Amino acid sequence: MSIEPIGRRPRRVFNPTRIMIYCVLGVAAIYYLLPLYIMVMTSLKGMPEIRLGNIFSPPVEVTFEPWVKAWDTACTGLYCEGLKVGFWNSVKILIPSVVISIAIASVNGYALSFWRFRGAEVFFTILIFGSFIPYQVMLYPLVIITRELGIFGSITGIIMIHTIFGMPILTLLFRNYFASLPQELFKAARVDGAGFWGIFLKIMVPMSPPIFVVAIILQVTGIWNDFLFGVIFAGTKNFPMTVQLNNIVNSTQGVKEYNVNMAATILTGAVPLAIYFLSGKYFVRGIAAGAVKG
Amino acid sequence: MKSIEIKDLSLSFGDLKVLEQLNLDIFDGEFLVLLGASGCGKSTLLNCIAGLLDISEGQIFIKGNNVTWKEPKDRDIGMVFQSYALYPQMSVYGNLSFGLKNAGVPKAQIAERVARAAAILQIEPLLKRKPSELSGGQRQRVAIGRALVREVDVFLFDEPLSNLDAKLRAELRVEIKRLHQRLNNTMIYVTHDQIEALTLADRIAIMLGGSVQQLDTPHAIYNHPVNKYVAGFIGSPGMNFMKGALSGGDNPHFTIDGLNVDLSRYAFGEQGVQPTNSAWLGIRPEHVHVGKEADGLAFTHEVEVEVVEPMGADTLVWSQLANQEFRFRVGGQKTVTPGEKLIVGFDPISASVFDGHSELRL
Ligand SMILES: Nc1ncnc2c1ncn2[C@@H]1O[C@H](COP(=O)(O)OP(=O)(O)OP(=O)(O)O)[C@@H](O)[C@H]1O
Ligand SMILES: [Mg+2]
Repeated sequence: MSIEPIGRRPRRVFNPTRIMIYCVLGVAAIYYLLPLYIMVMTSLKGMPEIRLGNIFSPPVEVTFEPWVKAWDTACTGLYCEGLKVGFWNSVKILIPSVVISIAIASVNGYALSFWRFRGAEVFFTILIFGSFIPYQVMLYPLVIITRELGIFGSITGIIMIHTIFGMPILTLLFRNYFASLPQELFKAARVDGAGFWGIFLKIMVPMSPPIFVVAIILQVTGIWNDFLFGVIFAGTKNFPMTVQLNNIVNSTQGVKEYNVNMAATILTGAVPLAIYFLSGKYFVRGIAAGAVKG
Repeated sequence: MKSIEIKDLSLSFGDLKVLEQLNLDIFDGEFLVLLGASGCGKSTLLNCIAGLLDISEGQIFIKGNNVTWKEPKDRDIGMVFQSYALYPQMSVYGNLSFGLKNAGVPKAQIAERVARAAAILQIEPLLKRKPSELSGGQRQRVAIGRALVREVDVFLFDEPLSNLDAKLRAELRVEIKRLHQRLNNTMIYVTHDQIEALTLADRIAIMLGGSVQQLDTPHAIYNHPVNKYVAGFIGSPGMNFMKGALSGGDNPHFTIDGLNVDLSRYAFGEQGVQPTNSAWLGIRPEHVHVGKEADGLAFTHEVEVEVVEPMGADTLVWSQLANQEFRFRVGGQKTVTPGEKLIVGFDPISASVFDGHSELRL
């Protein structure tokens, strides 16, 4: 027979600290959810209803017209093909940038923590130092460099820019992760005759899915949300979604279609949002890693 | 024949000199144990032999080949690490076969070699498991297996048993000894455990501060330590050291605070006896005789028991001899109480005398 504790386990749901915490969280949630609520409601209304000016009220007549328009026919500057063009441009920029930057940075981090070459520390310091220079400073020189390379205003150009700017934080991320793996594992693999790539691909990468997920989250959200590099380096034809969104929202011609603007904004934010929801705990680690950069 | 020759090996990490002008010759089929305090460079030396660290100066020969700049895989060595270092995402079979795959050994031969190693180490039922599903002792066997399948002449062990509990350690110790008798290859084994060192080794190298203090058989190291450091390092409980003066001549004496120890039966080294007023007399607690057994020994004296530490098989007694700490062992069956007076004595033939300054054996 087991010995029961005396009485029920006391539950204190409503102690003062708890109440405080829930109040603060509730207020914060309302603060952040209210704009989202307004956006969703507005995007589902027709223009006549919006002109009535009651932004908090739910739509009387629900319409998906603004969403279709935002995706398919809204005018972004000269063309009226909607956000879909920007979406596919962003995808075309995103996938190669994420893959290339993570591939290079993971090898960098691996080499820096296991194959310590002469000057490795200096190299690493320079790389990290680079991430503290405001990147606006580098814009003009980079414009000249990409122009000289003949890739200014092209998908290749913008991919290169994203890859370069992802390097410091990603290298730091991978270096720190690999440095936490046991050094003896590396030595064992060397005795077993594995080389630089063999150890990386067969031993280290299989041990590192978590850090790759963190890196992917960091890069996908960062690159998708980028505006400045896109508007400068991608070229008019290849403007990413964020730039096209801006063109829709800030167009000076005609009436302001608030419902279309709201729908377009939600569509643009959908990708990072989906990543946030799907990645759970990895996302938190990604933020923590990003926090190092500030 | 010599299996490994290390000539004037030096290694520094930046300004820190870890190994200095180290020389070591290891014979074919020998079991050599590297013993020393933490941080004295044992792992570093092993890593140099394995080729995992670039040395600063010197040469390393394995089987007569100069391997100083060769890659670890080309040195014909197998290594077992303290943390096992098993590849976590591979099965036991994958771990054992990884090195052979890298070397391009045909599949059938890999299977055969893995099966043979698994049979020797009795890990056949585990081949499909991941390292995380193994106990500490099983992991250690797999780690040894990974070296075994390479079928090399030289095995390097870096404290392979130090993560295991005492009982398992004793079991695996015997297994390693058995393995050595069966394979008869050269083994270099790092440990800080003296019992492991004394039981396994053909020869022991005692290291201090990056150089070898003494390289000899366990018997010689235990009975004829070359200096005070080695004498104090080997043996547990440690040797008693008493400071005193040494008088020379045909009838040498050691004087501790007015007490005379006749050393005429002590075998002095080649340099003979030089009188000095600063010397150490060392005697192991287990070489001290008590009561009747002390009758007729060259040195006897009465001491008062201060502290008693029963250790099962025997009992360690702490006392004072000529105002210096003096420990000795008595049989576990004997009852000894603090305050009791006992006659103790020893035969100087089992003692060690060291110079007071150089601390070398006289
Ligand atoms: N990578 C390194 N960089 C700098 N110093 C090091 C490095 N590796 C070891 N050392 C230093 O070299 C010395 C010898 O280290 P080593 O690991 O060989 O000691 P050890 O005898 O194996 O000790 P233990 O018994 O604790 O394993 C230590 O003082 C250590 O601090
Ligand atoms: Mg060590």
